Amino acid sequence: MRKQKGMTLIAILVFLFLFLPLCLIVVTSFGTAAAIQFPIKGFTLDWYAKALQSDTFMSSFKLSLGIGVLATALALVVGIPASYALARYSVKGRNFIKSFFLSPTVIPGIVVGYTLFQYIVIKLGLPIFQGLLIGHFLISLPYIIRVVGSSMEQLDYSMEEVAWTLGCTKIRAFIRIVLPNVSSGIFAAFMLAFVNSFNNVPVSMFLSGPGVTMLPTSLLSYMEYNYDPTVSAISVMLMLLTMGLMFLIEKTLGLASIA
Amino acid sequence: MTFVDLKKIRVSYDGKQDILKDLSISMEKGELVSLLGPSGCGKTTTLRVIAGLIKPNDGTFKLEEDDLTKVPVHKRNFGMVFQSYALFPHLTIAENVGFGLKLRKESKASINEKVAKMLEVCGLENLGERYPKQLSGGQRQRVALARALIIEPKLLLLDEPLSNLDAKLRVAMRIEIKRIQQQLGITTVFVTHDQEECFSISDKVAIMNNGVIEQYDSPEKIYRLPKTKFVAQFIGFENFFAIRKTGAGQYTAENGQQFQTTNPQPEATETVATIRPEDIELVKETLPDSIEGSVIVRTFLGKSYQYEVTTPLGKLLVNGTSEQIYETGDTVNLVFPADKLVVLEK
Repeated sequence: MRKQKGMTLIAILVFLFLFLPLCLIVVTSFGTAAAIQFPIKGFTLDWYAKALQSDTFMSSFKLSLGIGVLATALALVVGIPASYALARYSVKGRNFIKSFFLSPTVIPGIVVGYTLFQYIVIKLGLPIFQGLLIGHFLISLPYIIRVVGSSMEQLDYSMEEVAWTLGCTKIRAFIRIVLPNVSSGIFAAFMLAFVNSFNNVPVSMFLSGPGVTMLPTSLLSYMEYNYDPTVSAISVMLMLLTMGLMFLIEKTLGLASIA
Repeated sequence: MTFVDLKKIRVSYDGKQDILKDLSISMEKGELVSLLGPSGCGKTTTLRVIAGLIKPNDGTFKLEEDDLTKVPVHKRNFGMVFQSYALFPHLTIAENVGFGLKLRKESKASINEKVAKMLEVCGLENLGERYPKQLSGGQRQRVALARALIIEPKLLLLDEPLSNLDAKLRVAMRIEIKRIQQQLGITTVFVTHDQEECFSISDKVAIMNNGVIEQYDSPEKIYRLPKTKFVAQFIGFENFFAIRKTGAGQYTAENGQQFQTTNPQPEATETVATIRPEDIELVKETLPDSIEGSVIVRTFLGKSYQYEVTTPLGKLLVNGTSEQIYETGDTVNLVFPADKLVVLEK
């Protein structure tokens, strides 16, 4: 194929446009000045230390982590059987159900957040932690159903049938044949849903309460009053964490299959 | 003694259209029975009913007098091989083959011993540690067979097991299947759409069409004496014409042409006769019972020529020898040998 120089140029420009701000943040996180500045004068790791020592950030980080893991795990428990049923049985209105499960990814986050706020906080009056858990469970579920569902659909149904003829009950065949063969899909779905939950702002914003804030929310409120490189340092650490997870997904399943 | 007994099986997926219509078939112990037919004829559905993967709407399935109609698939102890082989990709070949035994809670030593023996029977020695991905199509096929056979099934069910192999391997594998089947003496149901494959290894063949069995006989009998027009067409009879019975073995066509047959004759008097293109004799001179016609098209078949001939009976396909070649427009005389003319039931 002929190399298209114009296209390559545009691709490079777009990439730079996306990538340079991230580089700036990385650089500014090492600056010595009390406000974010570029280029930096001097080099320090103090802001990282400050971020890691801050009670607000650490507790909201732990909360984000806990909610993310727990909500995603719950979503797996519900999502795996659901995606199996959607892949295997000609459920009536299957396409409707599929698009319904995917709706939180289509509806703007702020709307999802507001809706959940209306129901979980105002109507049901649930405690903040449980509210956050339900909210994050709901935004994780679509990713699980989509990713696990697509690996279930690729599975040869005859494999289960063979297992039955060899003496497996349906549940046993599911555990011994289906699950091991979609494990990479489950892992990737978990990672993807977790990253999404961890980085989610609108749902966390609406459902957080006094003393209980998720990391993105506490970052935002910190920035309202302080404009120092701590935020940069935290951003860099978050980027590294997300990149690490994405690398794991790429290694296990390939990003292309879940895009 | 009847071993497998299907009685009046009816299957319908949507409640409107029947996939199987009151299908009945019985098989003897140790037989290899093929279900042959075009796609959509219900052959795979029949196999799946036997396996227990489909519950029939009506009818019963008995094995050695035990009614298994309502017994779930995992309790039937039948071995099944699928078209896709459906090997478990996350398990080694030995683990794949031993899967059924592990479920039966056999000891490790006993599983290992049986697996080794079965791998040997199926020509898979030294492959036990590999994974399905690392095997060729023919080897995978044998693994699927070994996995089905190791549980010592009462019945072996094969769903088009050879259709994913190339032509040469297919011939080798069908001999292999026949060998293993005879060696173990296991009753086998074989689903296929390949006539040659099915005729070469079956003890009996059931030709299916539209959810019913058109004919159930030995391969030789089906090949020589089809009973219905569908079966005749399916196995290569080309020429059909209406006839009327006038006496024992005596028939007359609509134009008054006389025919004789030494083959079995159905009770109906108004019926259809058929003959293979290669069974019609081409002669130059007019004989007492010969039919005159003229050649319209000649095609080359390799070892012989095929002619399309217009006759008072309609257009007929006739194979000629390469010694005597006719040209388009030539007048020929056709003779129908009495032992080759088959009278159909419908």
